[in-house]
Amino acid sequence: MTLDAFEHEKTARITAVNWAVLAEDEAKRLKALGVDEGAEVAVIHRGIFGTRDPLAIRIGRMTIALRRSHALAIEVEPA
Amino acid sequence: MSRDDPAPVTNRVRTAALVGNPNSGKSALFNALTGARQKIANYPGVTVERKAGRLALPGQEPVELVDLPGAYSFDAASPDEEVTRKVVHGEFAGEPTPDVLILVLDAANLEQHLVFAQEVLELGRPTVVALNMVDLAERDGLTLDPAALSEALGVPVIPTVAVRRKGLAELTAAIAEAETHADEEARKRWHITLPERRLAAKHMSKAAILSKSTRHTIENGIDRVLLNPWVGPVILFGLLFVIFQAVFAWATPFADALEGGVGAISEAVTASMASGFIRDFLTEGVLAGVGSVVVFLPQIVILFFFILVMEASGYMARAAFLMDRLMAGVGLSGKSFIPLLSSFACAIPGIMATRSIPDAKDRLTTILIAPLMTCSARLPVYAVIIAAVIPETTVGPGVGLQGLVLFALYVAGIVGAMAAALVLRRTVAKGAASGFIMEMPRYQLPRLKDLAIGLWQRAWVFLRRAGTIIFTVTIVLWLMLSFPKAEPGEGQMDASFAGMVADGLHPILEPIGFNREMSLALVPAMAAREVAVSALATTYAVDAADEDVAAEGVTDKIAALWSLPTALAFLAWFVFAPQCISTIAVARRETNGWKWPAFMVGYLFALAYVFAGLTYWGAVALGL
Repeated sequence: MTLDAFEHEKTARITAVNWAVLAEDEAKRLKALGVDEGAEVAVIHRGIFGTRDPLAIRIGRMTIALRRSHALAIEVEPA
Repeated sequence: MSRDDPAPVTNRVRTAALVGNPNSGKSALFNALTGARQKIANYPGVTVERKAGRLALPGQEPVELVDLPGAYSFDAASPDEEVTRKVVHGEFAGEPTPDVLILVLDAANLEQHLVFAQEVLELGRPTVVALNMVDLAERDGLTLDPAALSEALGVPVIPTVAVRRKGLAELTAAIAEAETHADEEARKRWHITLPERRLAAKHMSKAAILSKSTRHTIENGIDRVLLNPWVGPVILFGLLFVIFQAVFAWATPFADALEGGVGAISEAVTASMASGFIRDFLTEGVLAGVGSVVVFLPQIVILFFFILVMEASGYMARAAFLMDRLMAGVGLSGKSFIPLLSSFACAIPGIMATRSIPDAKDRLTTILIAPLMTCSARLPVYAVIIAAVIPETTVGPGVGLQGLVLFALYVAGIVGAMAAALVLRRTVAKGAASGFIMEMPRYQLPRLKDLAIGLWQRAWVFLRRAGTIIFTVTIVLWLMLSFPKAEPGEGQMDASFAGMVADGLHPILEPIGFNREMSLALVPAMAAREVAVSALATTYAVDAADEDVAAEGVTDKIAALWSLPTALAFLAWFVFAPQCISTIAVARRETNGWKWPAFMVGYLFALAYVFAGLTYWGAVALGL
């Protein structure tokens, strides 16, 4: 399951990230923020007016905004 | 802030640099340590270039302290991070390699910040850690053990709260002793991969956290409302609307008082001096011109107040989140929203703030459309014209028609910018769709003192412009308007040099409804938009046949002399026209050449002409 489809506010563990579909800079930035295999994340906010894009995820003690296109490249399982 | 005074003694001044993740409080610490007043705000990417200041150390010579943009890693992903990488590695032209690094960590986000920290420590440079914002960590229920962290990192760790000036004495003492702590051998163990670093960071932060209460932070509660998919955008647009209403409504008593003051001085000068060149120069040139701009100080202060509060509280990043979807529609991202919102105050810091945008095409597009955001310099122009031609009626409870027109002008700028972005991203700035990745800062209550300093700085910049650029341009214009002197029966403006310039320009601008005075005012307004107001004021003051009419304010003149379509066309012109030398100069600097600023000036003038024309002919057709 991708992070995009994962249940709201439930903790997910990242099992794989399809880095190949992401721009190099964005992959770099996501990794630097700790979004990588093994990390535990939860989707806590969604974009305006039912667009569901972007997403805000909680990782560690941080909240990070990212796009659905990123979330679709992130495979997760329930933590 | 570059210092090039030579060092008095032969040994060079030691340098220290502040490094750390974005939004860890480096600039706040820089200000606290040096007494400087660098811009600080609560979102990642505020500082986009290096800034230097002098730091006094106990018992030795002061060192040069350099504040650097925040970075997530030395593997730079955006232009501002690249500056940090270069300075720290000693590759930045004209900048010595810092002798001491002050690594700033957010105490409430240790696990994340310790990842980049290891990269910094790997350099093997003398380093001191400032464990900053320990107060916010406590608010989040964290109790930390600096000694444990110091042991794990092998460098001194000093708990600080930069904005409250806590821990500064301990930090400076540690910096003074830092060189003795240099221990390159001890750092060898850091040469590891990112996942290993992350694991190490996890262990170190765990060891440094003595206790933590519930993970529930206040952000969750506030964001549940402010980032709600339906309520959030309503609050954001409501807030923006309130800001524009407030700019008009709250400022009125202060602006009236200032205007009264300028009028009183003008009358006093007229009464106490013999009529002649000097008196005309003071009343028609200095007071009518500069005075007409200075009265907008209250409105500018109010606008900046709201922007500073949004920046300091952490709401700005939430606004970027809410706006991302809309920005994506025109090929940009929420990251562009912060520079664009700053451009409502002034496009110059807005354009500089684009350095935190990683994608080059995104950044270029944002630079090119930033001048379309209604900056505070347009406020005097809009305010004068609106006050002159739009009746002071209400269209609903608490909603004035004048405020509504002002809001419409802001919206016109935004819509114009979005349309321009849409076209630019498909033509000259074509590229892959950009992404949006951004850390959301924790909320903080803005500190009154920081707000006051920020407002004072902006007010001072505005007044200095009034006293320098606007003063000079107004006086040159006044001289050109006053000479040669008119023959009896001839209007002064017709006879003057300025009149000749106006006659040259007028045929081009007449089709879009501009009169001669407007055509003339546009020339000095190239220096800065608000000069248009002082130029009109001076032009009408000089051209007035008798003293009574000369004493009238520029607003009354416009109300009497301009038709509504003409006034609306002038407003439409200023929505688009790139009339600001400083903005063009900063665009040249940020794009490294004249190509893009030239393009920017060209397309914006073209838009200004077309839309002023459409407005004029549309209004005439509607019988306004």
